[in-house]
Amino acid sequence: MTSPEITTSLAQGRSLTRKVSSKTIFSNIMTSLVIACAILALIPLVALLYYVIAQGVVRLSPQLFTQLPPPPLPRDNPQFSYGGFGNAVVGTFMTVGIASLIAIPFGILASVYLAEFARDTKLADVINFLTNVLSGVPSIVMGVFAYGLIVVKTRSYSAFAAGVALAVLMLPTIVRTATEALEAVPNNLRQASVGLGASNYQTVLRVILPAAIPAIITGVILAIARAAGETAPVIFTALFNNFWNLDIWRPTATLSVLVYNFAITPFANWQELAWAAALVLVALVLIANILARQIIRRR
Amino acid sequence: MASTAERLSGMSYERTQTARVVDSGFKWLTWLFAIGIGVTLLTIAFQVAIDAIPAIQKFGIIDFITGVRWNPVEDIFGAWTQIYGTLVTSFIALLIAVPIGLGVAIILSEDFLPPKVQQPLVFMVELLAAIPSVVYGLWGIFVLAPFLQGPMTWIHQNFGWIPLFSTPPTGRGIYMASIILAIMILPIISSISRDSLAGVNPALRQAAYGLGATRWETLIQVIIPTAISGIIGGVMLALGRAMGETMAVTMLIGNANRPSPSLFAQGSTISALLANQFAEASGLQVASLMYAALILFILTLLVNVLAEYIVSKVEIKKL
Repeated sequence: MTSPEITTSLAQGRSLTRKVSSKTIFSNIMTSLVIACAILALIPLVALLYYVIAQGVVRLSPQLFTQLPPPPLPRDNPQFSYGGFGNAVVGTFMTVGIASLIAIPFGILASVYLAEFARDTKLADVINFLTNVLSGVPSIVMGVFAYGLIVVKTRSYSAFAAGVALAVLMLPTIVRTATEALEAVPNNLRQASVGLGASNYQTVLRVILPAAIPAIITGVILAIARAAGETAPVIFTALFNNFWNLDIWRPTATLSVLVYNFAITPFANWQELAWAAALVLVALVLIANILARQIIRRR
Repeated sequence: MASTAERLSGMSYERTQTARVVDSGFKWLTWLFAIGIGVTLLTIAFQVAIDAIPAIQKFGIIDFITGVRWNPVEDIFGAWTQIYGTLVTSFIALLIAVPIGLGVAIILSEDFLPPKVQQPLVFMVELLAAIPSVVYGLWGIFVLAPFLQGPMTWIHQNFGWIPLFSTPPTGRGIYMASIILAIMILPIISSISRDSLAGVNPALRQAAYGLGATRWETLIQVIIPTAISGIIGGVMLALGRAMGETMAVTMLIGNANRPSPSLFAQGSTISALLANQFAEASGLQVASLMYAALILFILTLLVNVLAEYIVSKVEIKKL
């Protein structure tokens, strides 16, 4: 029975029957189907990255970040390739900055309560549930909310209104990642800290938060990248501005709205700027994601 | 001269007093912010509902939902075209994205590929979710629409007798919005399905293998049925996202104000309506837009709450 011939023939026999069996054919078909699915899913990403880079680099130069958007120009105009979107870069920093100032402390303090004081309670369950529901609220509804809350009352589109809308958008991401990060901090640290006579807030601020900070930063980076690319909540809160603006109570240009406004115009020089702005946004998202992975991996 | 014991107890007494105030103050502060999340959600609903009141009073519920005229000049507002567009684009997007997303989830949760290939694949699929919506819109206008023009025209010429393909494709329309939505919701479906598949108890798989089942028999008859509620939860979350997605849809759907049975016809969605008209709206139009936003909010809220409920049930089952 154990002679090599029999073993070989047995093996051959089995592999022979498997080859013709309908089971094997079915398995092979299914396996090729899911591989096809994976390839199909990656085609849009590869195509999108390719076109954004290929079309975006045409205009990539320092003047993009220092000049104002040009008027629409025909291709033969000598000024055709001039102009940039410096005001939109500044505006993006302003709106996302305001959003971060609101959402980061809000989110981290809320997650301290969820992870440190109310862990495994009914209240924490309810708030976690509401956080998830909040993250499912369409971003344009956040814009409608900020419009009703701020734009209508101040009678002006403003960077501040957009900041509030984006803050609501960032909040669930920050709360979820920060809560997870805090819950991952080992209990020994808490016990050691309390054993040394530290009070709750000392333990949280000096021991737990520093231990969890890399994962919290990861969540914050991803939230900021997402907010910078969001257009829907900004489109009628910050509106747009063709000029430099540093006043948070006035209409403000952002990169994402610039992509939208310029993409749907028939003017080639504006379309080129839209592609360049898209490249900046995609680069931001890519860098943020890679950075976030690096931070997580180093832990 | 106080004794050591007195001094010690005095010290500890003083410390606990200040510490207690600061400590409970800190705890209450964090409580306030945690509660603030719920308050934010309520405020959003409240704000949108309050601002919609003039339109709710004027048009009621039935007239607003079934009306097909959205006419700012005559102050007549009915949102059926947009509601229909929202539902149809989301549904077609699911039809495309669910099978592909499930396939991706299977490949990312099974060991078809070596980890060195699998891990970058996971990252790339996640990246698909991080690309800004407006960039998808830009890409859709200038790359995907021209690319699809040929095949879609062919479908129209040969199958135009079917009402679904009865209008010539123009590069903007229900079909473009649906395809771009499918790309955008694919990562949600695949990542949540993958988590559900990977969360299935390994003993089940071993038992199926032990009974002589092949990998695919195990997957289809054991693993997927066990993970199905998680997969459904993921699909529901994707549906919620698709209904609320704005920029890419606004740029690609054509923004017509009349519903058409044809997929190649231009259409509109609630979010596209909001994106297009809010900046220039006034008076009753603002209230009507708020009303439309309220309907979108309620629709997505229902879908998301149901999804969260299903997904949370699954997490409990896994333990």
